[in-house]
Amino acid sequence: MRAMSDDAGLYRQLCRIRHFEETVLDAFPKGMFYGTTHTYLGQEANAVGVLAHLKLGDIVFSNHRCHGHFIAYGGDLRALFAELMGKATGVCGGLGGSQHLHWKDFYSNGILGSTAPVAVGTALAEKAKGSKAITIAFLGDGALGEGVVYESLNIAALWKAPILFVLENNHIAQTTPIELALAGEIPARFAAFGIHGREVDTSDVREITEAAGEEIEILRKQGGPRALVIHTVRFGPHSKGDDTRNEKVMAKLRATRDPLQIHGSRLSARQRNDIEAEVKAQVVSAFEQAQADPLPVL
Amino acid sequence: MPTVLDSLNRGLHQAFAEDARVYLIGEDLLDPYGGAFKVSRGLSTRYPDRVWTSPVSEAAIVGVAAGMALRGLRPVVEIMFGDFTTLIADQVINSLSKFTGMYNGQVVVPLVIRTPMGGRRGYGPTHSQTMEKLFLGVPGLRVLAANSLSDPGELLRKAIVEDTGPVLFIENKLLYLKPVLEREALKDFEIETAQPAQSYASAHTLRLKGTPGPTITITAYGFMAELAREALLRLAFEHEIFCELIVPSQLSPFAAGGALDLPLQKSLASTQRLLAIEEGNYTLGWGAEILARAAQTFLGQLKAAQRVAAEDKPIAASVPLEDKALPNEDDIIAAVLRMV
Repeated sequence: MRAMSDDAGLYRQLCRIRHFEETVLDAFPKGMFYGTTHTYLGQEANAVGVLAHLKLGDIVFSNHRCHGHFIAYGGDLRALFAELMGKATGVCGGLGGSQHLHWKDFYSNGILGSTAPVAVGTALAEKAKGSKAITIAFLGDGALGEGVVYESLNIAALWKAPILFVLENNHIAQTTPIELALAGEIPARFAAFGIHGREVDTSDVREITEAAGEEIEILRKQGGPRALVIHTVRFGPHSKGDDTRNEKVMAKLRATRDPLQIHGSRLSARQRNDIEAEVKAQVVSAFEQAQADPLPVL
Repeated sequence: MPTVLDSLNRGLHQAFAEDARVYLIGEDLLDPYGGAFKVSRGLSTRYPDRVWTSPVSEAAIVGVAAGMALRGLRPVVEIMFGDFTTLIADQVINSLSKFTGMYNGQVVVPLVIRTPMGGRRGYGPTHSQTMEKLFLGVPGLRVLAANSLSDPGELLRKAIVEDTGPVLFIENKLLYLKPVLEREALKDFEIETAQPAQSYASAHTLRLKGTPGPTITITAYGFMAELAREALLRLAFEHEIFCELIVPSQLSPFAAGGALDLPLQKSLASTQRLLAIEEGNYTLGWGAEILARAAQTFLGQLKAAQRVAAEDKPIAASVPLEDKALPNEDDIIAAVLRMV
């Protein structure tokens, strides 16, 4: 679908998500957006690494924290800003807002876990139609509390759905740490249904690209389902101002687990500056255009 | 004479024959069992690739069907007992009924969820309910109820292959073994049919031939329409009270802007008396919405308005207790007598 897997391309995608989300968090208190938002800060490498392997027609199912997935999928920044502003030019004309996006073969919905069976259904439909498309379904650790996820894993395995579950474990659901919400281990949940699960604990986009690439290649050849568990770090609050975590711990994580720092170090300072300047200009321009866009006609 | 069950089974077979995008998902579907109430019999034999017997996972199979519909198929889901629709509520309300609206009309979700509702078989509190009222008024969802007056299989076929949106299709259990009424069986009645706006689901208006103008409008759907039709005859012959019966097959959406459907409007304009009958429990039921709309439409003109429904309590397994809790023909007649 897009050639983003070279180092500069990966860095550009990481930056696009980062600058978009920072702009959103910065502008929210100014009353420029409706409702709420859930930013992808710190998790950028997951979407960029996994979705680097998409082919035309592949389906992506995302959740409430969907901006990063949407941008990595190739979604338009202006349309996403406009959607958050409730504008007619938004991804869904302002009807969906931050959590409910649909464009091409990308879908997101804001009810945790509720997307799992729908994503499995899209994969089974493509298989029934004889298309080669696969589905990539992003779920968070919080969704593991929802029963319908387990019904969906069972059916996906039973009916051999061509789907990759990408479980982003950011160790926290809103304000509840995973230790208070999850018994047992995450990979064991997939293993219980006979679903092959691979685990990575990294914020390095190269490592994620490589792991996802191998999993997706096997999925395309041998069928599914498969699972990729990515242990990651959510840098920002759950939505806007609701972060109750220890600031010292977070500062350390931001210093050691920043996908932009980790991957940026592979580029020359000049390359980085050029990409950052280019992306910043794109984001600023998209933001300004969205602000000038019209509200929906009533 | 074919039964309602035969007709529904034929409707499913026709939909499968007509459109290769039709799939069926549900529990215990495979022949020779063919589903708990046998509505799906024969399908797994004739279309083994398109009938998927499933684990006991109502929420997931409805979600899977939603995903299939998003990708251009026309799935049908059988929910074994209507009582289990509580388990699919999130998928119905927050996913499949919303997709078209919240994605700004960029997708359609053509799928049908079929399920039997209703009591009078001693199945007890969790297998006897009539709970479609929980889904009435959900934006983006059509709720249909089969009856014996028109061909219920044809209604189901249209819902599966012609509708562009999601449908919850209600089949009353006692209706399954009733004959589909042909012209001969209805020869004592004058019948008018009408269709709600943007729908293929007919409503029927019945009155006894050769009787004076009706003084009471009765509306009922599904199996309660059978009891109401019997009551219509008894009221005429035993009490000389002449009623008009309106039987919709579409329960939701209701008419736009708080209006009453045209057959009800027309009938009430002359009778000014309305009785709404349902098997679901009384409070906040289908009849409450019908009466509210009648009140808005005929403010100051209504002379009587009543509801007959089930008692607001769990349905007992013991049949005498169940009989007492569910509305029957005598309850309908008693309600009408209170209105004249």
